[in-house]
Amino acid sequence: MQAYIMAFVIGGLICVIGQLLMDLTPLTPAHVLVLFVVLGGIMSGLGLYQPLVEMGGAGATVPLPGFGHALVSGTIEEINKSGFTGVFSGGLKASAFGVTAAVVFGLLAAVAFNPRG
Amino acid sequence: MSVSDGRQGQEEFQKWYQARFNQVKPKPPILKNVFWAFVVGGLICTLGQVIQTYFISLGLSQKEAAGPTSAVLIFLAALFTGLGVYDELGRKAGAGSIVPITGFANSIVAPAMEYKREGYVFGVGAKMFVIAGPVIVYGLVTAVLIGLAYWSFR
Amino acid sequence: MNKKSGNQTIAYADPPVLAAAATIAGPMEGEGLLNGQFDRVLEDNLAGQDTWEKSESYMLEWAVRTAVSRTGGTLDDIDCILAGDLLNQLMSAHFAARSLGRPFLGLYGACSTMAESMLLGAALIDGGFASRVAAAVSSHHDAAERQYRYPTELGVQRPPLAQWTVTGSGAVVLAREGQGPRLTVATIGKVVDAGLKDPNAMGPAMTPAAADTLWHHLQDTGRQPNYYDIILTGDLGQVGKTLLIQLMQEKGIDIAANYEDCGLMIYREDQDPHAGASGCASSALVMCGHAFPLLVTGRLKRVLLIGTGSLHSPTSYQQKESIPAIAHAVAIEA
Repeated sequence: MQAYIMAFVIGGLICVIGQLLMDLTPLTPAHVLVLFVVLGGIMSGLGLYQPLVEMGGAGATVPLPGFGHALVSGTIEEINKSGFTGVFSGGLKASAFGVTAAVVFGLLAAVAFNPRG
Repeated sequence: MSVSDGRQGQEEFQKWYQARFNQVKPKPPILKNVFWAFVVGGLICTLGQVIQTYFISLGLSQKEAAGPTSAVLIFLAALFTGLGVYDELGRKAGAGSIVPITGFANSIVAPAMEYKREGYVFGVGAKMFVIAGPVIVYGLVTAVLIGLAYWSFR
Repeated sequence: MNKKSGNQTIAYADPPVLAAAATIAGPMEGEGLLNGQFDRVLEDNLAGQDTWEKSESYMLEWAVRTAVSRTGGTLDDIDCILAGDLLNQLMSAHFAARSLGRPFLGLYGACSTMAESMLLGAALIDGGFASRVAAAVSSHHDAAERQYRYPTELGVQRPPLAQWTVTGSGAVVLAREGQGPRLTVATIGKVVDAGLKDPNAMGPAMTPAAADTLWHHLQDTGRQPNYYDIILTGDLGQVGKTLLIQLMQEKGIDIAANYEDCGLMIYREDQDPHAGASGCASSALVMCGHAFPLLVTGRLKRVLLIGTGSLHSPTSYQQKESIPAIAHAVAIEA
């Protein structure tokens, strides 16, 4: 139960930050998504995001900064394993499941549905 | 000024008008928006936790469970976008349904559906990355830069 | 004979008659404040077509054909069609004109196009170049969303300033002879840039252009605002309306008593249109569906329609340019 509450709170708070950025600055949703991925990546590189994941579980991995964290932590892990080539191969390897799922389901949905407006 | 009588220059007028506009500009209902962003964003993440817990119960490690968990969430987001529900949710929830990975999936599915009428190559194939593309580009560049720094200093 | 009056105003020597008008609207518009005042309400935004764009084009064509048939004549009696819309390269108007098969002039004045097409159509007639013209515009919420903003199924939140593009079309037939309200005076607007950059703030961005045109109209004609039963702006929305009253007040002109914005006459509050309606069809539906019948029955005697257009594009917005705007005024008197 504790895990679910933490996921709710941490995930909710990350979304609140996004909402405040959209309401109080001229940033568009697309800008917020890009900013969050980059920020998540930087925090991950500084070792600040993993503690958040341990605390919030899916609350930290499901929001977009979690995507940035997956890219960076995957890169670092791959560098540890296979050296320099990891700089280029680690990111996509770690996020392959999500990215591929998004592309495939995106295409399927486009085939199956029409926009309702 | 616009009602041009030569009293003010164009730039002065624009400055004056911007200030006047700011006085009457309606503010977004921040408290309400923040509340819904928190609740909906929190619930989507809780659903993520439920799915993740299920995959872990099947014997996957927490790390291994991350991929399938996001895939299920992405599938659900694609389905609800297709059914025309996700945009209604987004109107209320704002960042609550934009920031989670489901929002990322919505940003791929919505243009893919919308531009089907322009064909599968230049329509669906090209437009599906109109928002997700920048996210992937800058996410990967961040990862490479941090990776380079890590490799140099480790 | 000089038909120019003052700086920017045309005083038609032989004012053309508004012989007939027609409107067609989307389902949301049909349930709004003007419920029951449209000639036809669509069951859905596609109108049996396979794209939003074709649906919009269909509405424009239907509106023109219906207005023409109401004059008792046929399309062959129409010397020229003047029409425009919001889509790139005037897709809706051009595709409608392809089927209508009459001489055609495409106009782009963004949401000011209804007033622009009436102004020019009347000039063609008064100049002796035509005896009957059709002026028409269309806009479509979903077609405009995908071109100017986001795909329709994207889950974004609309800011309180945002306006809702009207799905619909309005057409009017202007004629040299006949019975009906007449287009007597028109004021051609200048492009005015208020310096605003937020594409959600279209109404406020257009307000100084509307103020400029209204002020010159009053100067050129020597009229007072109360000369008109009602002064209508096209789609300034809630915020733009407030600002226009203020801007005019500062010029010593009080319009609060008989001024309304078409953008606030289309949707009910609970339809959640935020700051109001926008689009070419905002002024067209109010003019052709609401004001025209009142002018015909004599319940309105004098109407000033100020079409307001925001002349930005997705390119200009992404290149961080401010929003230029224009407003044209047409006076219709029964």
